[in-house]
Amino acid sequence: MLKIENLHATVADKPILKGLSLSINAGEIHAIMGPNGAGKSTLSYVLGGRPGYEVTEGSATFDGQDLLDMEPHERAAAGLFLGFQYPVEIPGVSNVQFLREALNAQRKARGLEPLSGGDFLKLAREKAGLLKMDMDMLKRPVNVGFSGGEKKRNEMVQMGIIDPKLAILDETDSGLDIDALRTVGDGINAIMRRPDKAVLLITHYQRLLDYVQPDFVHVLAAGRIVKSGGPELARELEEHGYAEIAA
Amino acid sequence: MTTSSLPSRRDEAWRYSDIDAVTAAWPLPAPESIIVPAGGKFARAIVQDAGDIRQIELVLGKGAAASLHVLNIGGAYGRIELNVILHEGADFHLGAAQIGGGEQNLEIVTTVTHAEPGATSRQVVRSVLGGTATGTYLGKVAVARDAQQTDSEQDVKAMLLDRSATANAKPELEIFADDVKCAHGCAIGELDAMGLYYLQSRGLPPGEAKKLMLQAFVAGVFDGAEDEVQLQELALAKLGELV
Repeated sequence: MLKIENLHATVADKPILKGLSLSINAGEIHAIMGPNGAGKSTLSYVLGGRPGYEVTEGSATFDGQDLLDMEPHERAAAGLFLGFQYPVEIPGVSNVQFLREALNAQRKARGLEPLSGGDFLKLAREKAGLLKMDMDMLKRPVNVGFSGGEKKRNEMVQMGIIDPKLAILDETDSGLDIDALRTVGDGINAIMRRPDKAVLLITHYQRLLDYVQPDFVHVLAAGRIVKSGGPELARELEEHGYAEIAA
Repeated sequence: MTTSSLPSRRDEAWRYSDIDAVTAAWPLPAPESIIVPAGGKFARAIVQDAGDIRQIELVLGKGAAASLHVLNIGGAYGRIELNVILHEGADFHLGAAQIGGGEQNLEIVTTVTHAEPGATSRQVVRSVLGGTATGTYLGKVAVARDAQQTDSEQDVKAMLLDRSATANAKPELEIFADDVKCAHGCAIGELDAMGLYYLQSRGLPPGEAKKLMLQAFVAGVFDGAEDEVQLQELALAKLGELV
């Protein structure tokens, strides 16, 4: 589904990714772990097409299409979802209005009819329920006045509504308390653990992986994947730290 | 504010005006005069969509209230000029948006005089400017010597879509009383790049993402207007032309 080969990327002319390769098939959940500054967030933004993140070498294809050649909204329409480490506050724009317009823009790009207001609200209510989020929060401006945990929950509600093929979740576990972590973990499993979908989890800690069992774990250090393994690798990292493993 | 001779850019209230357009329209018709009697209420929506110069003189009697909503969007040069006089305990509200692209020059020029004690005024103005357009708000609040307990506010923000557009904003206070509250805030900025990226990452094409953020930026000014829905639609259609 996602094939990254020898990816090099710079931010403000500073090289961050230095030859990263990774292949993710449908039905798989991958976790990328790594120390601060390894390039984890850069990887998510490069794949999400954030302006200012420049690819200098290598390739990334999504279902055979050149991902790096697509605009951010085209990547979304193709089925890519980026869960932000720091979800953005957008004053004055209600969650519901934004998500309905976004979903319908994606549907339009795929040649589907727009979802009616009623059908959309039904879908939104169902996904908010799944993530135990109050429907009133969906009517409020996007992320404005939300706590860190509420913002992350909101990301997962959005993911549920948009129903992507591939989710790249950048530190979705940071800022969550134990209960919220379990809810978010359950949400990821309910929405994404399907044979036709895949997830790339980016995290510092083992704890999210207790709820969302990865099939593969990779260690990212200094812009490259230095080690890959099964779920046991995450526990090893937790025990011994990155320094030893990445060395 | 009524000008008897052709103004030039040396006149503060016409500093940013399109003097050629003013000259062509000269002499201007007499300003429209609106008098709201003591205790009365007045509301109006003004849509300037044809390149007019409109001058309105509004006098609010004791305890009267007026609410004006203005959408300034049309023509090469469009100017709305309000001269408001508030008597004791009167209340004036202005919610205005001006949206311009191309080479448009749009202005809102207000003078609100708190002539007697206890009157309130609140002005909220939002400008969205693209291309090489110019948008100007000149707002003077004058508080007379014995107009104690005056409560006035000017809340002025402009959003520039292109680095070539210009916003002028000058909230101005002239206060002769000593027990008053006169707030004024002014900000000129660009759309938040991270916000735009966030919206696009969910599937909105860049133009739609911009439109959504701009719609939110101007939406509040029409709160409470009788023609709120129509004003929002007109504003949205104009925003759609700019993005």
